[in-house]
Amino acid sequence: MRSDRPPFILTAGAIGGLLFLHLPILLIFLYAFTTEEKSYQFPPPGLTTEWFGVAWNRADIWPPLWLSVKVATIASCLALILGTLCAAAMARARFFGRDTISLLVILPIALPGIITGMSLRSAFAVADIPFSMWTIMLGHATFCIVIVYNNAVARFRRLGSSMLEASADLGANAFQTFRFVILPNLGTALLAGGMLAFALSFDEVIVTTFTAGTGNAAKTLPIWMLDELVRPRQRPVTNVVAIVVFMATFLPILAAYYLTSGAEETAGGGK
Amino acid sequence: MMPASSQPTPAREIAERLTALFWKRPGILLALLLAPPLLWLGVVYVGSLIALLWQSFYSIDPFSGVVVREFTLKTYGELLLPQNYDIILRTVTMAAAVTLASAVLAFPIAFYAARFAKGRWKAVFYLGVMLPLWSSYLVKVYAWKLILAKEGIVTWAANGIGAGSLLDAVLSIPVIGGNSLSTSFIGTFTVFVYVWLPYMILPMQASLERVPKSMLEASADLGAGGLRTLWSVTLPLALPGIIAGSIFTFSLTLGDYIIPQIIGNSANFIGMAVYSLQGTAGNIPLAAAFAVIPILIMLVYLAIARRLGAFDAL
Repeated sequence: MRSDRPPFILTAGAIGGLLFLHLPILLIFLYAFTTEEKSYQFPPPGLTTEWFGVAWNRADIWPPLWLSVKVATIASCLALILGTLCAAAMARARFFGRDTISLLVILPIALPGIITGMSLRSAFAVADIPFSMWTIMLGHATFCIVIVYNNAVARFRRLGSSMLEASADLGANAFQTFRFVILPNLGTALLAGGMLAFALSFDEVIVTTFTAGTGNAAKTLPIWMLDELVRPRQRPVTNVVAIVVFMATFLPILAAYYLTSGAEETAGGGK
Repeated sequence: MMPASSQPTPAREIAERLTALFWKRPGILLALLLAPPLLWLGVVYVGSLIALLWQSFYSIDPFSGVVVREFTLKTYGELLLPQNYDIILRTVTMAAAVTLASAVLAFPIAFYAARFAKGRWKAVFYLGVMLPLWSSYLVKVYAWKLILAKEGIVTWAANGIGAGSLLDAVLSIPVIGGNSLSTSFIGTFTVFVYVWLPYMILPMQASLERVPKSMLEASADLGAGGLRTLWSVTLPLALPGIIAGSIFTFSLTLGDYIIPQIIGNSANFIGMAVYSLQGTAGNIPLAAAFAVIPILIMLVYLAIARRLGAFDAL
């Protein structure tokens, strides 16, 4: 095969594939403006912007939104601490059980969400732990660790040991080295990891359905959306919320990409 | 920037001592770093997995509906009942079909991105796969509910190009057809492929990038045409990446329950069974036993993948 020009069928397949991946999302935006609220009629009979105002005034949307923001914030902060610690240990030394630990970190996201969810559900049943915001957060933090870890471990590897040794030679103690050498170098990788973790947690639905219980008080925004999907009420309002959820995940991912682009370890390679 | 070292304050003295200790005994620092994440993952995650296994050996009293906390294999035996066995078979078939289709669809994108995309286009392809991978799962599923609805865009487009009768013919195929695309297996299958496709593209692309150019040139020098080189050189060398991708598509399909619940003919999948058994039915033991099935299938799958060298491509 000549390597300078791709055959037409390959180009068509590649571009067709990318369009297949992107076009469906656009419909979400279109249907937020439709005047038809009882069905998904295409093309929409008319266009209106009233649904944004309706969504804003719907009292049942705000509590789930805040709960999602709270859970995602706490979970990604916890994941930041735990993931960075783990990356620091794994990057600096080879030791017995190292492969087991890396498997353990990846497992919560490698196994289907239903297993993580059902496992936590079983544990809550065994230990008689009642559902609350904290049970949701517990699950989210667990699968977010790997996201931060992946970003941090790559940066640690690039940092190498020479800078740390130089810092020690110049008389810095371990904490000063951490504060003035490691942290500034790690900054963007941690920011990127934290944002990806936030996006992942904000959008998560499968594990959450197992750890949230059935009460209204523990309804995250994705669970609210899932309810609307099963029993639709004002369909365009669901689209408005879908746009919000889409943006809340899309923007952090884009930011994480630009924060880490240029470095060889671009964020998001291992979801 | 280093703060000027002044008189040793107590805090500073402790820091110096700890530094010396970490220097002499690196193992202590390592243990301190690892303890919090390992405790978390060990207690919360491994603990939960053990709880899952534990629950799966309990059973439920058929009359009172109360969980009997005694070890038994009865619950696993229930998995072999025809209605439960059907669920497992249906899920595995769907996972296999989705994996095959993803591999076929992913190949042109991965191959183009790995071989022909340069500079700016490389970034376009990277983001073009990364953004759908990360964007909201539920929003993606919802988008397909809009697309596949009876009054939706597919029906409109099919009628527009005069293929409405073709669509009806496809939907009238027994088993995979249905009332509309959003209530048929074709719909469930399409959405599965859409949602998991990026997971197949990335490892496939990584392994295609590792195929040495010299090999392709050697193949051409030896007189092989483009297709022959693709079949006999590129594909075998890229196989580990394809298998690595198939691990994701297979495992994710096995464990999903949202997609078949929202788009499909309400036939049960493993995930849906787990969800409804633990919720409304309150049968946590059987739900747990069902959840163990994907773990077992994936263990076998991973063992085979490892043998085929897929782990080097992850």
